[in-house]
Amino acid sequence: MRYEATLNVNGNAYPVEIEPGRNLLSVLRGEVGLTGAKEGCDDSECGACMVLLDGQPVNSCSYLALQADGREIVTIEGLAGADGELHPLQRTFLDQGGVQCGFCTPGMLISAKALLDRNPQPDEEEIRLALSGNLCRCTGYSGIVRAVQEAAQELAR
Amino acid sequence: MSADTYTAAASVEEALQAMASGARPIAGGTDLVVAARGGKSPLPGSLVAIHGLAELRGIEEDGDDLVLRALATHADIVASAAACERFTALADASAIVGSHATRNAGTIGGNLMNASPAMETGGPLICFDATVTLQAAQLPAPAGRPRTGSGTRELRVAELFAGPGATTADAGELLTSVRVPAPAPGTGSCYARLEYRRQMEIAIVGATAVVTLDGGQVSDARIAITALAPTIRRVAEAEAVLVGSDGGEAAARAAADAAAAASQPISDVRGSADYRRAMAAVIARRAIVVAVARAGGQQFPIPASPALHGAVEGGAA
Repeated sequence: MRYEATLNVNGNAYPVEIEPGRNLLSVLRGEVGLTGAKEGCDDSECGACMVLLDGQPVNSCSYLALQADGREIVTIEGLAGADGELHPLQRTFLDQGGVQCGFCTPGMLISAKALLDRNPQPDEEEIRLALSGNLCRCTGYSGIVRAVQEAAQELAR
Repeated sequence: MSADTYTAAASVEEALQAMASGARPIAGGTDLVVAARGGKSPLPGSLVAIHGLAELRGIEEDGDDLVLRALATHADIVASAAACERFTALADASAIVGSHATRNAGTIGGNLMNASPAMETGGPLICFDATVTLQAAQLPAPAGRPRTGSGTRELRVAELFAGPGATTADAGELLTSVRVPAPAPGTGSCYARLEYRRQMEIAIVGATAVVTLDGGQVSDARIAITALAPTIRRVAEAEAVLVGSDGGEAAARAAADAAAAASQPISDVRGSADYRRAMAAVIARRAIVVAVARAGGQQFPIPASPALHGAVEGGAA
């Protein structure tokens, strides 16, 4: 049986009709058409599917889409400004070599945004801890950590 | 993934009625959905979502007791000053569940009812002698089961766990809150685990110690082992060793050895039974040493586990 729900993604309302067992990630990628969030492990281990749900980071592979009905979701596509200007985190990830193959990047950016939203001036240990639910198979963590540090400095100015 | 029908409950009563008709509750989904997607166990055929029920949210202090409503998340527990100051082992445990994402979605109610012998919060809750409130739609009480009111009963957490993934709750019962009684003055506590990585980890071996000091002597001790038996449980032999001692290094070691001796670990992909038994003595000793230190008024970081990975002052590995 299918159920109607409305997913508010990056400020836009998307009506969907889905089965109860569908996870949020598959509906974002399939029905909504936003393919930025990635399916990595499909087991809540890697963080590639991370989105913000009511401002909090959630592994969307392991969250039922129907439970997000009426709630606010932010995906990687929602980070840039309306005019396409990159979020400071996106720019510093590029500047600092925080993007290699790119598969983990959307989840890393979402976790980093959630961190800076609750703690605008994190130290390196806090950054590493906040990102430790996100795996980078390229092992490019140093550039990612530098990128978050630089974005925090930029956002504080 | 199955699940044919779904309803989002508008009240606890509505959730209980759905459960009486065979629906199973879902809150954060961090266990249910992951198990279904990994092929471990399919989603229940009929789901009732309880994540939106405001009456099941939050943490409050009732006198000196801590009351966790079913939807209190691990992030909520770590953010609670009362949990960190007086129920420190619980804060130690909640702070290391999964990742930030898991702690935001995962609830104490789901954590308990999933009944994993490796879950982090069970040891602290058992040692603090916490009780859960189970509610069911108003049906006659099952034979031999006392109910405190119509459809409601209280159960000690220690009596909730029946085996790996199994509880003594009836299928129609919903855990609505957890009451953690205030520890005696002079009590310190710690939960520590053996972990291979900082986040997205589950205890390979875990230990809880809740220790009360009175005039330099241990007047009460509660020690529980995690991921070392079919259910998380206290070890009376280890507690007996510690009570009456000075809580020092030798006593901690003897008590931890007793905890390890009582363990019945399994071998699986995360560790062999022999390795788990050997590490049980180490992890239990660390938990006891930190609990004694905290009981004596010393500060030790929350969560304790990462800080213990190198060495602990006075109790180096």
